[in-house]
Amino acid sequence: MSILSAGTTAPEFSLHSTPDQSVALKEFRGRNVILAFYPADWSPVCSDQLSLYNELLEEFARCNAQLLAISVDGVWSHAALARERKYHFPLLSDFEPKGQVARAYGVYDEAAGVAQRALFVIDGDGVIQWSYLSPMGVNPGAGGIVKALEALPSNNIQKALPADAVQENP
Amino acid sequence: MMSGEDAILTVPVSARDHMEGNAHAVVTLVEYGDFQCPACGMAYPAVKQIQRRYAGNLRFVFRHFPLSQAHPYARMAAELAEAAAVEGQFWPMHDWLYENQDDWVASGSAGLEAGVRALGLDEEALAATLRNPDIDTHIRRDFMGGVRSGVNGTPSFYVNGYLFQGDFDALVHGIGRVIARQA
Repeated sequence: MSILSAGTTAPEFSLHSTPDQSVALKEFRGRNVILAFYPADWSPVCSDQLSLYNELLEEFARCNAQLLAISVDGVWSHAALARERKYHFPLLSDFEPKGQVARAYGVYDEAAGVAQRALFVIDGDGVIQWSYLSPMGVNPGAGGIVKALEALPSNNIQKALPADAVQENP
Repeated sequence: MMSGEDAILTVPVSARDHMEGNAHAVVTLVEYGDFQCPACGMAYPAVKQIQRRYAGNLRFVFRHFPLSQAHPYARMAAELAEAAAVEGQFWPMHDWLYENQDDWVASGSAGLEAGVRALGLDEEALAATLRNPDIDTHIRRDFMGGVRSGVNGTPSFYVNGYLFQGDFDALVHGIGRVIARQA
């Protein structure tokens, strides 16, 4: 199965973000969601894709978007990584059944047993508006995400409003 | 490799940039860097070597890409370099920050004060300059321009507008090939 493309309804999921908390996609209806699938916790810092996204949370919020990162790592690994790297967004654990959500989005690497490095921008109606599968070992950066978010009709409307109107109607 | 669309420098080099070398050089090398990033610190002597090797054929541009959450003093160091730039001291500060990275990072903001003293900058004037919102605007503009250009970590290098992915030997040879084609 190949990566789900724009126009597809995003498969629903509910995954653990911590040992006692879960995050479901449907909680974000009405907001945009950035799903970042990645192979594994603990890749080197300077070239770390998630550290870059961590710097862009304000920019994502400006586009009414929430970042959710997903790998097959367990919740304790996620918790330690988030603490060490000071991540301010949820790391979801696609752990049991392993890789089920990555499979549903068409981005599971069967041979390696990990999620591929893939990005999705999902709109407030739960429809995929942009997706991108990064080649193995290549950090895709955030240029594509920023462009996809800005191209969403909801964000175009927001930009056309005067600054004070945007603040009144976030 | 990345898709072509994402890997191209979206903000052209302009007079607003910090640049070193021949303005009409055949090759423009742009670095998106973070002063606290160890990989950038390791890249620093390699960039100097490239500048010496290609001399008049190379123009070097530095843009800020501080990963503030990973490197808590990176942003402050970038602001300091911008404040030094107002006094015409951007490159001396850039060089000092990388040459003394291990030392100043170990003592954080106090470590940065050593740079101010080393360059003989007026501390009061510098403090006033640091309050200027233009400094924040410049760093933010560099950062977002980098994001849009596909910067995926630090350091990221662009050779004549194209993101370079590879090691330093490949970068040196890549630049050499561009120069040879133009000769």
